[in-house]
Amino acid sequence: MTVADVLLLALGAVAVGAGVLVVTSAHLVRSGLYLVVSLGAMAGLYLVLGAELVAWVQILVYVGAVVVLLLFAVMLTRAPIGPSTDLDRPALPAVLIGGGAGLGLAALFADAFRWTFYAMPEPGTAERVGEQIFGGWVLPFEVLSILLLSALVGAIVLSRPDIGARAAATATEHERGA
Amino acid sequence: MEGYLGSYAVLGLVLAAGVLLFVAAFGANRLLRPGRPAEPAGKRISYESGIDPVGGDWAQAQIRYYVYAYLYVLFAVEAVFLFPWAVIFDRPGFGGLSIAEMGIFVAVLALGILYAWRKKILSWT
Repeated sequence: MTVADVLLLALGAVAVGAGVLVVTSAHLVRSGLYLVVSLGAMAGLYLVLGAELVAWVQILVYVGAVVVLLLFAVMLTRAPIGPSTDLDRPALPAVLIGGGAGLGLAALFADAFRWTFYAMPEPGTAERVGEQIFGGWVLPFEVLSILLLSALVGAIVLSRPDIGARAAATATEHERGA
Repeated sequence: MEGYLGSYAVLGLVLAAGVLLFVAAFGANRLLRPGRPAEPAGKRISYESGIDPVGGDWAQAQIRYYVYAYLYVLFAVEAVFLFPWAVIFDRPGFGGLSIAEMGIFVAVLALGILYAWRKKILSWT
């Protein structure tokens, strides 16, 4: 076993263990923090596999931003302090779906690659990704900005119903004035 | 350890040292602290101006914090693309064209922040 193999196994164990703790912990906020550990270990996996930029994007976007969003959502809806006893956990279907997907993917990969060994490709640094994006994938990159813009506008409209209802609000104001 | 993984060995060592420091500090704390802390009556009751506290605890979070959180997510996703661009834009063969491409990308997303601004999402009402 090489160093990379040991690191992959260790980080994979951390990711799966933290993932199990996410779904079994009774403390909702702790679940969010275990999710940080799990996503961080996945970033480590990307790093070992040579996807350097993807690993740091995982840290920046998932660990930095998505978990913050998730914790905000938890604090907005429940603001729980201490364990929550009324969480429903459909354990059996979750185990069936999760285990089935994991085993199925493992079987698929083992069947596709057998035990052939491939050399590691060049690390996916920011430089290589940048050359690809601004060399051959400019149009998808620009379309992505429109996707992000529509996500932004959609999130604003959905989270602030008072904006969509401006016409109705001004109508009632007119009635009040009349 | 050389090459790609070796370049991250220092980072790994720093992370390991950080974990070790944390474990040592808390382990020493656990060894040195009294095993049976005193539990006088009323020790765990919150103090409220000398009056016995009434009711439970109170936590406040508002939707406007959430708006900032998701604006942060979207602009983090945007900022991610600045890194590969910043590395290559002065290389031969990229130059002005790639600067214009990033300009269009940022301009389209600036429309989003303009929309949020005009809809008064950013004002703390």
